[in-house]
Amino acid sequence: MLSAFNDAFSLLESLDANLLGIVLLSLQVSLTALLVGCLLGMPLGAFIAIQNFPGRQGLIVVLNSLMGVPTVIVGVVIYLLLSRSGPLGELNWLFTPKGMILAQSVLTTPLIAALTRQIIEDGWRIHGETMSALRLPIAAKLKWLVWDCRFSLSIALLAGFARAISEVGAVMIVGGNIDRVTRTMTTAIALETSKGDLPLALALGLVLLGVVLLANLMTSIIKSFAERRYG
Amino acid sequence: MNRRFILKMSALTVLAFSTIGLSHAQKSITLSSTTSTEQSGLFKHLLPAFEKKTGIQVKVVAVGTGQALDIGRRGDADVVMVHDKVAEEKFVSEGFAEKRIEVMYNDFVLIGPKADPAKAKGKDIQAALQKVASSKSTFISRGDKSGTHAAELRYWKGAGVEVSATQTWYKETGSGMGPALNTASGMNGYILSDRATWLTFKNRGDLAILVEGDPRLFNQYGVMLVSPSKHPHVKKADGQAFIDWIISSEGQQTIASYKVEGQQSFFPNAKK
Repeated sequence: MLSAFNDAFSLLESLDANLLGIVLLSLQVSLTALLVGCLLGMPLGAFIAIQNFPGRQGLIVVLNSLMGVPTVIVGVVIYLLLSRSGPLGELNWLFTPKGMILAQSVLTTPLIAALTRQIIEDGWRIHGETMSALRLPIAAKLKWLVWDCRFSLSIALLAGFARAISEVGAVMIVGGNIDRVTRTMTTAIALETSKGDLPLALALGLVLLGVVLLANLMTSIIKSFAERRYG
Repeated sequence: MNRRFILKMSALTVLAFSTIGLSHAQKSITLSSTTSTEQSGLFKHLLPAFEKKTGIQVKVVAVGTGQALDIGRRGDADVVMVHDKVAEEKFVSEGFAEKRIEVMYNDFVLIGPKADPAKAKGKDIQAALQKVASSKSTFISRGDKSGTHAAELRYWKGAGVEVSATQTWYKETGSGMGPALNTASGMNGYILSDRATWLTFKNRGDLAILVEGDPRLFNQYGVMLVSPSKHPHVKKADGQAFIDWIISSEGQQTIASYKVEGQQSFFPNAKK
């Protein structure tokens, strides 16, 4: 255990170009998947929160269940879609970062949508009557609600990021763990574990944990700054 | 909903995707291969030499032989390099490759606890397996349709032992060589491994090589170009360049010069 901490530090100290590439790729893929997840999930979640339509309850249950869909299943489904023998084979996205982003977006979107739905619905309970009285168009209502709940929504953001950056099932299958092309922190950890190099695997895990911690710290700082400034 | 809003959203989404992977104008092929070749470090030794000579980048997807062949079958790789002759010949007869070319071999070893409770140590793999079975010592099987798994099942058959997961001493892990070795190390059990993976494996615990050198433990690797008539998008010229290089005297020497802990792990044997 202790040697893992030492390894983690010497890994960081040497700032190995290969390791840096792995960390950057992980961030690039997961942050893009987070962006896609927000762009699709937040409007969707907000829409479901304030709109009544038949099948709404069912949709909410489905959305909430999708938060827990195994990453491996998403990996296999996206693999079959992107395979040359599959319907999207022409795109040539299999074993590329693009394919990995697609797979992780499938993970982040429902999670962010489900959390957004709950948060916006609570905001709607407070402001709903006023907004209905103002007869705002729905897009304007959505914008106002999302803006009003922005601090609470940051938890959806962090959850989406955590889901993406920590998963290994989908990126392993869709990315193929190709050295210098699609190797992320989690697939590198899986690889070192299977080589029996447990200390190095643990060291990489600590680096991953550090990245997640840094992301959370930054969000927290931005949030408290913004709350003081605009809250 | 507001049309401009939607437009902005979709533009951002497209932008997010398009920023990725613009830099790779380089020629490349996808090679699906086994974990043993990748994890032993052979490809790290071999591929830079090939890339330097031809400028073709080789992207390796390292999985079990069964899955590696399946990736080829679906047209997701240009070249397949695996070690299960029977499955490879089936791949050719199904028309997914025009021919199979032999490249190199390494060998399997029987790994087990140093104390060797089954007294399996020796030079005969089938006799050793009989002893493991009769003493009901824990045996870890890959159980994942890999080349190593296929070889293991052949040796059990040769030893005249019926194995199945219903026997408590026989455990199928359904995982790659490394994870299976981790399991064997944790349970202090017997396991069949390829030598290259064993040599690079670090979490050995109390395990050691017990049986080696039996000619039956010979493990042949073959390479195949995925058939362009089945999958027209296969990079035929670049894939063929890789195969031609790996069986050339230069490629074969590069294989021979790769050593793990001072030991040669792969022995080139392509027929000229």
